Amino acid sequence: MSNEQDIERHTIAVLVANEAGVLARVIGLFSGRGYNIESLTVAETDTKENLSRITIVTSGTKMIVEQIKNQLRRLVPIYKVADLTTDGPHVSRELALVKVASSGEKRVESLRIADIFRANVIDSTNESFVFEVVGATEKVDAFIKLMEPLGLVDVSRTGVAAIARGANPL
Amino acid sequence: MAQHDAQMTGAEILLKALVDQGVEVIFGYPGGVVLPIYDELFKQNRLRHILVRHEQAAVHAAEGYARSTGRVGCVLVTSGPGATNTITGLTDALMDSVPLVCITGQVPTHLIGNDAFQEADIVGITRPCTKHNYLVKKPDDLARTVHEAFHVAKSGRPGPVVIDLPKDVITGRGEYQPPSRMKTKYKPQVKGDLKAIEKAVEMIAAAKKPIFYVGGGVVNSGVAACQLLTQLVRMTGYPCTQTLMGLGAFPASDPLSVGMLGMHGTYEANLAMHGADLIINVGARFDDRITGRLKDFAPNAKKIHIDIDPSSINKNVMVDHAVVGDCAHILEDMIKVWKAKQCRPHEKALKEWWAIIDGWRGRNCLHYENSNKIIKPQYAIQRLYELTKYKNPYITTEVGQHQMWAAQHFKFEQPCHWMTSGGLGTMGYGLPAAMGVQVAHPNALVIDIAGESSIQMNIQEMATLCQHRLPVKVFILNNQYMGMVRQWQELIHGGRYAESHMEHHPDFVKLADAFGAVGLRATKPGEVDDVIKEMISVDRPVIVDVRTDASENCFPMIMPGMAHNEMVLGPEENVKVEPGSDEGGMVLV
Repeated sequence: MSNEQDIERHTIAVLVANEAGVLARVIGLFSGRGYNIESLTVAETDTKENLSRITIVTSGTKMIVEQIKNQLRRLVPIYKVADLTTDGPHVSRELALVKVASSGEKRVESLRIADIFRANVIDSTNESFVFEVVGATEKVDAFIKLMEPLGLVDVSRTGVAAIARGANPL
Repeated sequence: MAQHDAQMTGAEILLKALVDQGVEVIFGYPGGVVLPIYDELFKQNRLRHILVRHEQAAVHAAEGYARSTGRVGCVLVTSGPGATNTITGLTDALMDSVPLVCITGQVPTHLIGNDAFQEADIVGITRPCTKHNYLVKKPDDLARTVHEAFHVAKSGRPGPVVIDLPKDVITGRGEYQPPSRMKTKYKPQVKGDLKAIEKAVEMIAAAKKPIFYVGGGVVNSGVAACQLLTQLVRMTGYPCTQTLMGLGAFPASDPLSVGMLGMHGTYEANLAMHGADLIINVGARFDDRITGRLKDFAPNAKKIHIDIDPSSINKNVMVDHAVVGDCAHILEDMIKVWKAKQCRPHEKALKEWWAIIDGWRGRNCLHYENSNKIIKPQYAIQRLYELTKYKNPYITTEVGQHQMWAAQHFKFEQPCHWMTSGGLGTMGYGLPAAMGVQVAHPNALVIDIAGESSIQMNIQEMATLCQHRLPVKVFILNNQYMGMVRQWQELIHGGRYAESHMEHHPDFVKLADAFGAVGLRATKPGEVDDVIKEMISVDRPVIVDVRTDASENCFPMIMPGMAHNEMVLGPEENVKVEPGSDEGGMVLV
C-alpha cells in the first residue's frame, strides 16, 4: 500500500505551443513552487501545429505530483498534460555521450563494457573515446558508473524522452 | 495603396481593440515609449483615462473597478519603471483572482536586450505574477493578442494579464482583427460534471453537522452565483461562513450566516468548522489564514470542494469530493438535483447542530469593552456601518487591524461592495481601489477604511481624487502604530515593539487641505457620529482622522499555528506563543 507521504517518481508529458518563453514558464513554475525537476527534455514535435513536447521527470508525494499536473494545466500555452507513470505502461529512453580518456588495459576495458551496453563509439583519438549510449536512465547511470574508474572525463545527457505504449497518441 | 489605407498604426489598433472589448476607463500614467498611444487617446473621447500619481495605484484602481463591476480592469503604463511599479498590483490581482489587462510599453524590438533607456524585461519579471503575459512582436498580431488577453483575464479563474508593447509595434502599421475572429485554445471547464454534482448533493443531504464555507470565487462568478448560493443555503437550512474575500456572497444579516471564519473570524464559524461532519467549500481555497494548523483542521469533516481552478483542489487540504467548474453553473445544477431528488435535510440532527452553534454564538465573540473617554476602533466601525448602511456603500480597506475590524463589524448584504487585499495583504491597496470603485460608481458612497500607516503607502492618490472629482471618503483609524504588527509583538514577541511605532505622522486634516480635499478629526467617542455625518454630506474627497485606542487588539484570534478550537477570545485570556515555534517540521507563521 502506498502511503500519502511516500515520495514517488513520475514522468510527465506536456504538449505546449512552440513559442518564446514557454519553457521559462514551466521552469519558473517548478522553481517558484519548490517542485523537483530530475530531468527535462524539450523539442518541437509537431511542425504543422507548431507544438513542442516537454518530458519532465519529477518526484514528490501523491498530492504534490497532482498539484504539479494541475498547475501545469493552468498555463495558457499548455495544451495537454499526461502522467505517463499513472496513465498506463510507457517506455522511456535517454541518450548520453560519454567521454573516456585512458590508455592501455583501461582503454580496452572501456571498449569491452561499451560492447556489453551496446554503446557506439562516435569519436576516437589515441587518448580518448566518445561513447553514445541509449537506454533507460538506470542503464545510462550504470554505464557512466562503470566508466568512472576507466578515465571518465565528461558526460552529456539528453534527459528522458518517454511515450506511452500502444497505438494511441498523447 | 488601397491595402495600406486599410491598415492602422499599432496605437490605433490597440484603442480600437479596447473599445471593441467594452473598455470605458483606463487607469494609467504616460511616459516615453507609450506616447503614441497617449496621442491617440488625446484624439478620441470613447475611452476615459484616469491619470494616477503612481503606477501601483493604477493597478489597484483597476482592481477596485473590476471587483465592483465584474468587468475587466484596464491599465496603461510606460516601459521600465512604469512597468516595474505595477508588480505589487499585479501580484495582488493574481492572488485575489481579479481580471485585469495591463498594457506596458517596451523599448523598440531592435533594442530589447540591449539595456536600453527605460528597458526592463517585463515579460520575464511578470511571468510569475500574472495569469499570462504577451510580448507583441508585430502590429498584425496586436488586435488578436488584446482580444485573447481579455478572454484569458476573465475566463476560468480570473487574473491579471500583461501585454508588453514595443514602441515599433505601437508606431508600425498592421491590420485590425475584430474579436469575432479571435481563435484561442484556452477554454477552462465551466460546467460541472453532473455525476459529481449528484454525489455532492447526496453528501449534503446526508450530513448531520454541515457547514457551507464560501469564498471569493462565488463573488467572482457573479451576482447570479451569489443568489444561487443564497438559495441553496436557505433550501438546506445549513450554517454558512464566509472568507474575507467571500463577504457579501451571502447576506450577513441572514440567521444562517455565522460570519467570517479564519484567524480573526467568529468563534461560532471556527468552532462550527472544527465540529462539522461535512464542509461544503464553494469558491474558497483552504488558505492558511483559514485552516490554522492543518493537522487539526476540521478533523471529523468530509470535505466537498467546488472550484473553477483544479489546482486549488487538494493543494492544502485533501478533500473527499471535488467538483470543477464555474460555481454559478454548479450551484444551479445542485439546486435542480436537490429539488429533483426531493432532498430533505436531516431535521433532528440539524436542530441539534444549530443548538450547539447558537451556544457558541452566545459567547458574543465580537464583544469589546467600550469606553466613553477614548474611541475604540470597533466602535468607530460600528458607527460607520450604522450611519452609512442606508446608502449601501462600497467599502475598501488597507491591510491590518482596521481591515479585520471592518470585516468583523461592517455587515455586507450584497456582493461586490467589499474590496480588500486578501491574498497578498497589500498595505496601500484601499485608497487607489476606492478610486477605481468611485470611477465605476460615480454617485455611490465609497469609503476606504484605513490605518494611519497603510494610508501613507499610496497617499499621493488624494491628488488623483481631487483632479478627477472622485469624492472618496478615507476613514482612518489612527492608533499611531502599525497595529497588527504591534499586536503580534505584544502577543508573540514579548512586547518588544520593534519599529512598529511611527514617531511622526502628518497632520491628516492639514494634509487633506493641502491636497484640496476636506479634513475632519474625531478624538472623543462623542465626536464620531458627527464626523461621519459630515463626511457623508461633503461632495468632495474627505480624510477623516479618527484617533483610536492605541493599545486595542483585534480579537477573536487563532494564534499562528493553532487550530480552530484553540481560539483566543479576548485580552483576558493569557496567550503564550513562541515565535517561529516548530511543530511537525513546520514553522508556524
